[in-house]
Amino acid sequence: MLKLEKRPQPSRLWTWVTPILAVVITMLAGGALFAALGQDPVEAISTIFWQPLFGEFAFYYRPQLLIKGAPLVLIAIGLSLGFRAGIWNIGAEGQYIVGALAGAGVGLAFYPTESWVIFPLMVLAGAIGGWVWGTIPALLKLKFGTNEILVSLMLVYVAEQLLAAMALGLMKNPEGRGFPGSRNFRQYESAHNAELITGTGMHWGVVAAMIAVILAYVLLSRHILGYHIRLAGQAPKAARFAGVRSARLILFCLGTSGALAGLAGMFEVSGPAGQVSIDFNVGYGFTAIIVAFLGRLHPLGILLAGTLLALTYIGGELAQSNMGLPAAAIQLFQGMLLFFLLAVDVLTNFRVRLSRPEVA
Amino acid sequence: MMILSSIDPVLLLASLMVASTPILLAALGELVVERAGVLNLGVEGMMITGAICGFAMAVNTGSPLVGFIAAAAGGAVLALLFALLTQFALANQVASGLALTLFGLGLSSLLGQGYVGIKPPPTARLDLPILSDLPLVGRVLFSHDLMVYFALALVALVWALLKYTRAGLILRAVGENHEAAHALGYKVVRIRILAILFGGACAGLGGAYLSLVRVPQWTEGMTSGAGWIALALVVFASWKAGRVLLGAWLFGGVSVLQLNLQAAGLAIPVEYLSMSPYLITILVLVIMSADKSRAPASLGRIFHASQ
Repeated sequence: MLKLEKRPQPSRLWTWVTPILAVVITMLAGGALFAALGQDPVEAISTIFWQPLFGEFAFYYRPQLLIKGAPLVLIAIGLSLGFRAGIWNIGAEGQYIVGALAGAGVGLAFYPTESWVIFPLMVLAGAIGGWVWGTIPALLKLKFGTNEILVSLMLVYVAEQLLAAMALGLMKNPEGRGFPGSRNFRQYESAHNAELITGTGMHWGVVAAMIAVILAYVLLSRHILGYHIRLAGQAPKAARFAGVRSARLILFCLGTSGALAGLAGMFEVSGPAGQVSIDFNVGYGFTAIIVAFLGRLHPLGILLAGTLLALTYIGGELAQSNMGLPAAAIQLFQGMLLFFLLAVDVLTNFRVRLSRPEVA
Repeated sequence: MMILSSIDPVLLLASLMVASTPILLAALGELVVERAGVLNLGVEGMMITGAICGFAMAVNTGSPLVGFIAAAAGGAVLALLFALLTQFALANQVASGLALTLFGLGLSSLLGQGYVGIKPPPTARLDLPILSDLPLVGRVLFSHDLMVYFALALVALVWALLKYTRAGLILRAVGENHEAAHALGYKVVRIRILAILFGGACAGLGGAYLSLVRVPQWTEGMTSGAGWIALALVVFASWKAGRVLLGAWLFGGVSVLQLNLQAAGLAIPVEYLSMSPYLITILVLVIMSADKSRAPASLGRIFHASQ
């Protein structure tokens, strides 16, 4: 009989082996899934993971890796801070939308003035928008003891309705011949989050994601606040005795993750998406949860995991157009990844031992 | 006032009963799961999986009953994955629940590919000779489909089971203090798995009620947060079956009222009205969350017998 024995400390080796193991198992299970859908499993997997990087049209897809990876990494970095401390912000999608609306709103308000201050102001507005949306569940939790999971998630649906109202109302392009959606930022130079180096996909959002990774790394390994975050997650009682103020931690974690998600939304709407439209958000806020866990809540891990998940988005689109694989299959694939990761994680925290059945 | 007078209160009450049924079923299942000390945040995923399983089977067999059975089975199978993760692999329950929701949303839209734009077979309505024809009461109470009454019966059943039976007592003991329950010789893991499966089946039924009766058709992501509202409902109900019913009626009432206001052409844009169920959920959480003492003491904690 198999028996689980708790390790005194999570295994350092398995901490980093399990994500890789989970990816491999997901590829196998995904292959089986694609075979069940009547596709060649090897071709499907290679279309998703190989073609975008090394295939014939890799020159087109490689820049996409930065474009799709940046928002995922930016959001996941923020989420990981809270997840480490046991503060669960799962409403990043909403904070992403509100950040985008705030940033775009500032940009549109200045139209058609051209000035270098406009874009920095939009960035600031995006961060503040996301921060506000993330701070609501924090304040309600502190004041009334509400569950931040439920409140932050409810605010996603509120944000989606707000987005629809804006795209169809206040922010609608007055010269858009009645079509929903705002002015396109590509035609408004001061507010456009343009490619920094042509053909690389590099834009300000990618820069922000890199800075976030570095700052999070420094915060968690060098700063007292990062230490408090880790302590609160691993030993809540010890944290209380050590004088960690949980209220401050809750406000910081939810606010920061909100601000980062808001930034991601702002960079997306003013760059790759180009305009405020009803469905410019494609679920990065939820996929970022997978990124955070797959990256072991570690900044560098998140960087790798974000790149991998970005690859599944790109490869998924490729498989959709080349092989007619349904878009939902990729969503399922991403969900499976988190599942298998959680399942194999048992090896990190427990030792598996063979033992004879006990005598009763 | 013109607008309010165009809303028929009898019709409103009648549709309130229908609108509250999906979240009532899902919340009731989650209530049992949480009373056993497990927090399953995957209600949304199990609901939507139930919605498509039920829809597909009902369309293929022509029988809504088969559809509902398939929905319960679909929800339970998904719940089994959660049970394996949390009870055997001892994974974090919050993360596992989120995984279940993400997985369920993907799975359902994959399964639902060929079912968009199809009408499901109609679910039979209760038609009692005299009662259903009564002027007011007949319309509100005695002319719904059978699932409405099934859900109400289930509320009574769960309430009585938790309050008066030995099985209910054991379930509560496991939820309040799993170490003590284990020491008394109760199979903590087995009891929790059964509760999780029950919760999944209920969520599946709630989802199928949406796709087969309430809407009735299949669209991707059609539960749009109903599963999360069901989770909030359990908090609202202070983990009591009777109050889940009350809460479900409240939410059903709000969603029906806002739909009626949309149809009546109120000057407020539709999007702001559509926000109201979610805002009310937050408001209710704010009012109800002050007293945490009623939550099962072992809720969300991992149980491992060797410790």
